[in-house]
Amino acid sequence: MLRILPVNKHYVAGMFLLISTSVVYAAGAIEGEVQRQPLNLTAITMFLLFVGATLCITYWAARRTKSTKDFYAAGGSISGLQNGLAIAGDFMSAASFLGISGLVFASGFDGLIYSIGFLVGWPIILFLLAERLRNLGKYTFADAVSYRLKPLPIRSLSACGTLTVVLLYLIAQMVGAGKLIQVLFGLEYYLAVIVVGVLMILYVTFGGMLATTWVQIIKAVLLLFGASFIAVAVMNQVGFSFDNLFSSAINLHEKGLAILSPGGLVSDPVSAISLGLALMFGTAGLPHILMRFFTVPDAREARKSVFYATGFIGYFYILTFIIGFGAIVMLVNNTQFLDPESGGIIGGNNMAAIHLSQAVGGEIFLGFISAVAFATILAVVSGLTLSGASAISHDLYASVIRHGKVQQGEELKVSRVATILLGIAAIFLGIIFEQQNVAYMVGLAFAIAASVNFPILFLSMYWQKLTTKGAFIGGSIGLLTAVTCMLLGPTIWVDILGNANAIFPYKHPALFSITAAFFFIIVISKMDSSDSAKDEAIAFEDQYVRSQTGLGAEGASQH
Amino acid sequence: MQHLYKKIYADPEFHELESKRGRFSWCLAAITIISYFSFILIIAFSPELFAKPISDSTVITWGIPVGLFIIILSFALTGIYVFRANSEFDRLSKDIVDHVKDSAGE
Repeated sequence: MLRILPVNKHYVAGMFLLISTSVVYAAGAIEGEVQRQPLNLTAITMFLLFVGATLCITYWAARRTKSTKDFYAAGGSISGLQNGLAIAGDFMSAASFLGISGLVFASGFDGLIYSIGFLVGWPIILFLLAERLRNLGKYTFADAVSYRLKPLPIRSLSACGTLTVVLLYLIAQMVGAGKLIQVLFGLEYYLAVIVVGVLMILYVTFGGMLATTWVQIIKAVLLLFGASFIAVAVMNQVGFSFDNLFSSAINLHEKGLAILSPGGLVSDPVSAISLGLALMFGTAGLPHILMRFFTVPDAREARKSVFYATGFIGYFYILTFIIGFGAIVMLVNNTQFLDPESGGIIGGNNMAAIHLSQAVGGEIFLGFISAVAFATILAVVSGLTLSGASAISHDLYASVIRHGKVQQGEELKVSRVATILLGIAAIFLGIIFEQQNVAYMVGLAFAIAASVNFPILFLSMYWQKLTTKGAFIGGSIGLLTAVTCMLLGPTIWVDILGNANAIFPYKHPALFSITAAFFFIIVISKMDSSDSAKDEAIAFEDQYVRSQTGLGAEGASQH
Repeated sequence: MQHLYKKIYADPEFHELESKRGRFSWCLAAITIISYFSFILIIAFSPELFAKPISDSTVITWGIPVGLFIIILSFALTGIYVFRANSEFDRLSKDIVDHVKDSAGE
């Protein structure tokens, strides 16, 4: 995919593309060779404003972050609306903004398939998990699972699942960040990765969940505002008629009428179902998302936060659809944005939303959208890092290594050290993976979340006969199946390792790995006739009452 | 706390509430799952259904309103759930807990 285009505008000429494999995940990667741009001063000024504001918030949050509850869960003091915005901020990544609008720009209707997949996990989380999770857990989803199961194996497995998901996601984000910032701001790749890493370490180490939450809220508001502005400008251009929008797009797009119908993106049924499962249940197993439910005071606010989050995320995806079609209408015949050599738009399809922002709002708005894209990356990586750090300090250190006998101050110290180490690891991995194809990583993260975290969390809440042995062995099998199928599948075995034929024929392993996890968890639990298995079944009754009534659940801390 | 859990678990009203709430949330989950997977399976098996225009006078195909409908449906269902859970179910649940606490003399 090495294709360097001549510079003919001052800010873009690079090429970064993530849709080549048709894997566009919510926080997917931005891929390929890019060419560094001259410094973009408007964008940098706006970004510095954002950084200044968020660092002030971090300073404010740091003074309020004294206990582990403050650090992991913002003291349980976030309201449903705030948490809904923060969830949206955590979930709407730069790649979903640029990637999905780019996908709509390139193939129209198909972009909607992914948007919907990302959204439908949310109602499922609300109906089946959110309030039970809130009532049972404290800081991590492993708290809820180990309520009646043995903490040692369960927390080790959950921490393993969390860290794998977080690291895969972080690498994809860091590489994407480096490339995007190179294109938008004209910073060196490694410098961009270091800036992102250092800022995220500052936010999380000092401000914990409170600062992370506010960074995500501010970013969500900015992104929703920016995307709304572009969409309204597009609709204004076509006289606020969808019929005009779509018919002008058909006339201009080389694929013509085909952009209004399903293309070849999801063709064979097994892949379609497998991808659908990964998107729907993967969202329900993402540790940094699940962690957000402990920041609200009770189950009532937890429910409200999903309602708001679903609204914001759904609205955002509708905007990206309009933006994608708007880009077809406003960019395709505009020589300012066309690359004379390839005939496509400068910088590749993922630049559609960025070019469109310039077409509708000029230089200033282009700078604003570029700064929002940078802020977006920061918000997502901060949430990931906090989630990874709590798996290390709360699940592994405090519970597995020290058996819960640990002072708050000490756990807090460990979580801060873990944050710094994860941040440094993310910077290094981001630099190491610069030239690698990382698009599969977010896909793999979703598959693992759907095949390890989701099954054990779901069954621990809904199935009385679940035992520690079943959850541990079945969950591990789910993890191994997801990783093995991915390694032997078309994405890694063929595209990256260069083998001729894939041993595992499908791109998306979730259908197989989720089935394997549920099957082995259930069979092994049923075969488990140990005394501890009987105790765990009895303890289910207490857990059930607590999960449904909230009696004895963690409340908001007193400030 | 343990003895309260036992008392609540033994309360038939609690189980009545839970089966009502369970039916409600599984029903909404089923609507979500069925509508999403129907969408995906139509795309996989008979995409031509979504390629038809919704009327003779427009280029807009069925796929677009159906897709938008699923987005709006997801949001609407979460709203319906939150409305009922935060009023009726929370009230019933609190009544049961208060009642059990009273009879336990707490």
